[in-house]
Amino acid sequence: MEGQIILLLFILILSIFLGVELITKVPSTLHTPLMSGANAISGITLVGALLSSGSGEVLTTILGTAAVFFATINVIGGYLVTNRMLSMFKKK
Amino acid sequence: MNLLSNIDTSLLVNTAYIAASILFIVGLKMLGSPDTARRGNLLSSTGMLLAVLVTLVDQSIIDYTWILVGLISGGIIGYVAATKVQMTSMPEMVAIFNGFGGIASLLVGSAEFVGNPIVNTALYFAIYLTVLIGGVTFTGSLLAYAKLAEIVGGRPILYKGQQIVNSLLLLMIAVIGVEMIFLQDLFNSYETLLILCGLAMLLGILFVIPIGGADMPVVIALLNSFSGLAACAAGFVITNNVLIVAGALVGASGLILTNIMCKAMNRSLANVLFSGFGAVVKSASEGAVEQGEVKPINTADAYLILEAASSVLIVPGYGMAVAQAQHAVRELGELLEANGAEVKYAIHPVAGRMPGHMNVLLAEANVSYDVLVEPDDVNPIMETIDVCMVIGANDVVNPDAKDNENSPIYGMPIIEVNNSKTVFVLKRSMAAGFAGIQNPLFFKQNSRMIFGDAKETVSSLVAEFKG
Repeated sequence: MEGQIILLLFILILSIFLGVELITKVPSTLHTPLMSGANAISGITLVGALLSSGSGEVLTTILGTAAVFFATINVIGGYLVTNRMLSMFKKK
Repeated sequence: MNLLSNIDTSLLVNTAYIAASILFIVGLKMLGSPDTARRGNLLSSTGMLLAVLVTLVDQSIIDYTWILVGLISGGIIGYVAATKVQMTSMPEMVAIFNGFGGIASLLVGSAEFVGNPIVNTALYFAIYLTVLIGGVTFTGSLLAYAKLAEIVGGRPILYKGQQIVNSLLLLMIAVIGVEMIFLQDLFNSYETLLILCGLAMLLGILFVIPIGGADMPVVIALLNSFSGLAACAAGFVITNNVLIVAGALVGASGLILTNIMCKAMNRSLANVLFSGFGAVVKSASEGAVEQGEVKPINTADAYLILEAASSVLIVPGYGMAVAQAQHAVRELGELLEANGAEVKYAIHPVAGRMPGHMNVLLAEANVSYDVLVEPDDVNPIMETIDVCMVIGANDVVNPDAKDNENSPIYGMPIIEVNNSKTVFVLKRSMAAGFAGIQNPLFFKQNSRMIFGDAKETVSSLVAEFKG
């Protein structure tokens, strides 16, 4: 368990540095789609929600299903609205 | 899946998670340019689909009924919200979606807590963080949504003893944390979890309550970051790499945007969060004296000046969005270009109610993104610009930010339209802006006020050009 935690922390730290490098390169004109796109990505918690929702235990299933519901709104809504916005950015 | 042994499934799942992480990262990288951004978003969503599909083959799932219920109902709501939302309402949508991300992570953490009988300090610490960050994100975002949608007033709410109440709350959260992580056997664990949820949600409300409407862009960006961090913490709970990578990317994104917003207002994050900006401003502006006479101008005269201009800078603000004037503005811009003028749009980072809000509205109105410029691009050449048209913006062009040390916005970087040859200010009335501060720009020698609804004003200018 401890070894695993260290490994996860390692991934966390590297991901944060990578995130900072990536996001600072996003031009300010795309900051709104960036936020809605990030919103969709944060719906990744859906992965955890699916496992709980299908666990078969009553209480876990209830909590997990609610989590699936909210996370799916985030994922579907977030990606679609980002796509909708980005399709408007055109150069003449 | 019967053909695969456990080990093979686990290898498949983890390889797919790595692929999903790569797709998220490349997707974000492609957001670096408007040309590739749409494909980047597509890649990112493919990564999500992949992560979800391989999770569904996980052998610990024994019943798919409720998963389908959640996926379908959430999918429908997400689809409807994304296709129906007005571009002017994007801040509200992002705010409430941040909240959904937060509550989803809180629920995942709670489900693990009630479903996992193994007492483990590291696991409980991760659950504690997930529930705490998730709860704060949830209620904080709902309140931010309510403020943006004007369901509740945008004024910051400050009360006596606020610091004491907040400190007590933080202390209680710390105590419940110690109890949950280290003393699991002493109390009923469900009660502990419920108390933690309640305290976290209360903290979310108390955290957003003192923040004024004008500072909402900062708060949304910060809550965006929190929703990512909550997912990240949930990744530690279920020891899942893809949650940690994706959550960290979102967390970093939100923090960077928060930082950009704070810099654009020349304020520290602590100042935004704790000072109740709008509340102090009022007393500061009460002492302000009339700074001269404003010079109104009608659209016929304004047309004559615009017709002769060879460079025009349009400075939009939230007022343009409220009046839905962006399409008329784009039409005017095209007519000016046809007339031989160079037309640019200067967008301040905090114009509108979320980062990049104005850019999206102008993109929606078909304005080419390469004529959208930042303050630093235009301020050095401001003297050469014939006409600046300020449409529904106020504080971001307030020269007090440069000249008046007593002004609450002193030091904030602005678009220095007052240095151009002529400034048109399109405004409903002489009322103060969102932050409630007087603007001496209106009284400058080279300023001309065009009173009225922004859309009507711009439309009548368009009519002058056509007629």
